[in-house]
Amino acid sequence: MVKSAASFSRPTASPFDRLHKFHGGLKLPGHREVSASRPISSAGVPAILVLPLQQHIGAPAECLVQPGDTVYKGQLIARQVGAISAAVHASSSGTVTTVEERPVPHPSGLQAPCIVIETDGLDRYQDSESTALDYSRMEPDELCTHIRRAGIVGLGGAGFPTQVKLGCGKHKIELLLINAVECEPYISCDNRLIQERAAEVIEGARVLQHAVQADNCIIAIEDNMATAEQALHTALATSNATGIQVTRVPELYPSGGERQLIRILTGREVPSQGFPADIGIICQNVGTAAAVYNAIIKQQPLLSRIVTVTGDGVVQQQNFETLIGTPVSHLVAAAGGYTQDVERLLIGGPMMGYTVPVDNIPVTKTLNCVLAVTREEMPAPPPAQACIRCGKCTEVCPADLLPQQLYWYARSSNQDAAQDYDLFDCIECGCCAYVCPSHIPLVQYYRHAKSEIWLKETQTKASDIARQRHEAHLNRLARIKQERAERMAKKKRALSSDDGSSDKKKAAIEAALERVKQKKQQASTMPKNVENLTTEQQQLIAAVDKRRQQNDEPE
Amino acid sequence: MEFKTYSSPHLPGSNSVTVMMRRVLMALLPGIMCFTWLFGWGIVVNILLASLAALLAEAAILALRKRPVTTLMDGSALVTGVLLALALPPLTPWWIPVIGCLFAIVIAKQLYGGLGYNPFNPAMAGYVVLLISFPLELTLWSAPGTYLGFTDTLIHAFTGSLPTDQTMDALSMATPMDSIKTRLGLSETLSEIHGSPLFGSFAGAGWEWINLWFLLGGLWLLQMKVIQWQIPVGMLAGLALIAFVFYAINPDIYTTPLFQLFSGAAMLGAFFIATDPVSACTTPRGRLYYGLGIGLLTYIIRTWGGYPDGVAFAVLLMNMAAPTIDHYTRPRVFGHDT
Repeated sequence: MVKSAASFSRPTASPFDRLHKFHGGLKLPGHREVSASRPISSAGVPAILVLPLQQHIGAPAECLVQPGDTVYKGQLIARQVGAISAAVHASSSGTVTTVEERPVPHPSGLQAPCIVIETDGLDRYQDSESTALDYSRMEPDELCTHIRRAGIVGLGGAGFPTQVKLGCGKHKIELLLINAVECEPYISCDNRLIQERAAEVIEGARVLQHAVQADNCIIAIEDNMATAEQALHTALATSNATGIQVTRVPELYPSGGERQLIRILTGREVPSQGFPADIGIICQNVGTAAAVYNAIIKQQPLLSRIVTVTGDGVVQQQNFETLIGTPVSHLVAAAGGYTQDVERLLIGGPMMGYTVPVDNIPVTKTLNCVLAVTREEMPAPPPAQACIRCGKCTEVCPADLLPQQLYWYARSSNQDAAQDYDLFDCIECGCCAYVCPSHIPLVQYYRHAKSEIWLKETQTKASDIARQRHEAHLNRLARIKQERAERMAKKKRALSSDDGSSDKKKAAIEAALERVKQKKQQASTMPKNVENLTTEQQQLIAAVDKRRQQNDEPE
Repeated sequence: MEFKTYSSPHLPGSNSVTVMMRRVLMALLPGIMCFTWLFGWGIVVNILLASLAALLAEAAILALRKRPVTTLMDGSALVTGVLLALALPPLTPWWIPVIGCLFAIVIAKQLYGGLGYNPFNPAMAGYVVLLISFPLELTLWSAPGTYLGFTDTLIHAFTGSLPTDQTMDALSMATPMDSIKTRLGLSETLSEIHGSPLFGSFAGAGWEWINLWFLLGGLWLLQMKVIQWQIPVGMLAGLALIAFVFYAINPDIYTTPLFQLFSGAAMLGAFFIATDPVSACTTPRGRLYYGLGIGLLTYIIRTWGGYPDGVAFAVLLMNMAAPTIDHYTRPRVFGHDT
């Protein structure tokens, strides 16, 4: 009662009540109604699980198991390497069959090392006893360690290791932002998560709030998520959480982008090259908050996530609780399989997601949506025409760039100009390409230009190092040469200088020569094999010696 | 199963150049109808000749450049033809719109690389060439409301002969802006000049209506988001502002801002010509300055220049300035300091 009285005495107006706007953005058709209206269903335990060692930004995890090993659900099978990395756990029990390169969800159809587990269908944990941690008594550092051990990464898409993002004391954090603004069409996993597990989300938010020691916490949702909002308010009322508010933001793509959302809620802009923490804000996806709840309260690492399976290309559009490592093919089968006219398979949303040619790729920690679409739904893009500089792209660009200029420079490989026009501030949201009347695949041009510049920078760095090495080599050679010259000069000086020491040397040399001469003489006069000679032989030798002496004397 | 791969974004948009150009043509319709009602079939003949010449020239050059001739369907050549025709007087001979369009499409547009690459507004480049080369043929305006029948118009356009009961002197009539220029030169005051039947309630008789309809069409374009507000608002504001200053100084020799806004090609220029995206500025702030510049220059040329109207020259002059304006009006990028 005392506590609630205290909370009533707080000023009711939050500094974050007023909403702000960012430049541009798009109102897009939602396509979420069907999947958002159905409850989350379990995708079940697939026959095999494929767990990539890298499902996050940073260094790949180090594999701890070998083929043939039996693993339990929740067992650590790959450990974090270095500061920016994340652990991987077995998401179900079974036997490790192989550790090899497999296709992973990646725009370029990349293969990467994966641990493959043949599941036993028992879904057994190693030990079932677990007690909730009392996080409110824990130091932020300790809390971060627990979050790190659970292998949690940002579930919104980027997959930045959560403990790294939390920073744990490196910055003074004023505001924790829980991002539930699912602005991309078709995706509804965050929406469903809140509708069904609002209390867990709130509790996870409180853990995170404690970990970053933020006074304020905003759970931001889109204004088309009325049911979810209601669920949050109900959960907030039953919990004794303070300092958490739910804020509705207008539906506008890409409001769910971290920088855009911070701008909407605070009016502040994250510096171009900086991070939200630089301005005292930490932003976490709502799914990440739920994962943190699991890690701290349920003592369970990140083993599954909610994935929206949708599009006209699947039979049953729905959200699935999916074990990490589940093949997408298994997930689609759980959704009733593909419809006949499916043409394109997308990972992520229709604006920033990427197509994959095959569905034998696993669900990773960051995979939020599997979107199978038909030709009618998303026809092949019409051929690109000339840019007429109409400026529609400029109007919608949330980064306030001049996309038509960037296109011009990207097309002509004018990388300096592209960088001067802040190419790297492009978030690749796709708004410009969406509105382009000439159907120019603008984002593709920007990505290409970025990678060209990266490549060039890498090459420049490499050639810089090579040049430095070469210069060092030349310096060394020069130094050796100089040293040798100095040594020689010194010797010469020593030989030519006419002081007492040189006389001594001469004497020493003469003495040495004398010694050599004597030794030689000795060697020539000392006969060999003279031990067991007969008397006859001895007499002969004596005679020869006598003659030799007579011969030598006259000289 | 193999799926098709594409680059993001995947969600199909609904914009297209063809749709934009079609909307521009639709927005021109009310003005064109009013124009025809006041100045007769000559306007329609000009539009048909200019459109045909523009389309044929575009198709021929596209074929020569080995580009798909279907590019014609983007509608940009048609828009150029129609806009150029709307700058021409109704009694002009057939080769005037044809030459104008040939220059506009072949020289001003395709030789620079076609749609998207032309530094100058093709229609205005074509018009200015005509204005400088054939000044007489470009003065053949008739009095609003008096014009030939359709057949007679065609005969006149192609043969130059008029019906026996008509003479060119009787048919042709100076435009209000022309007449102001000449009569101010004769030291008459504006109040005297405005007494002539050439003038309506606040601008030239008929011309005020034409401008009004182009204004309405332009507003529809704004609403349909085919054009953005900066250029038209900039141009009209620039024109009205400087007109107001001089009108306030001496109303006897300087026309009212309202007269300036509803005379000549002001509204057509503000909403349909200056807004040609290819040759205009592209930054939001730059577009405002670009529009302002056109407005100011239009007034200066109208008032002190050698030609009665100045929209075409103003547009071309600002076309030259557009890249520089763009360079200095880049928006502040998100997360950057000013």
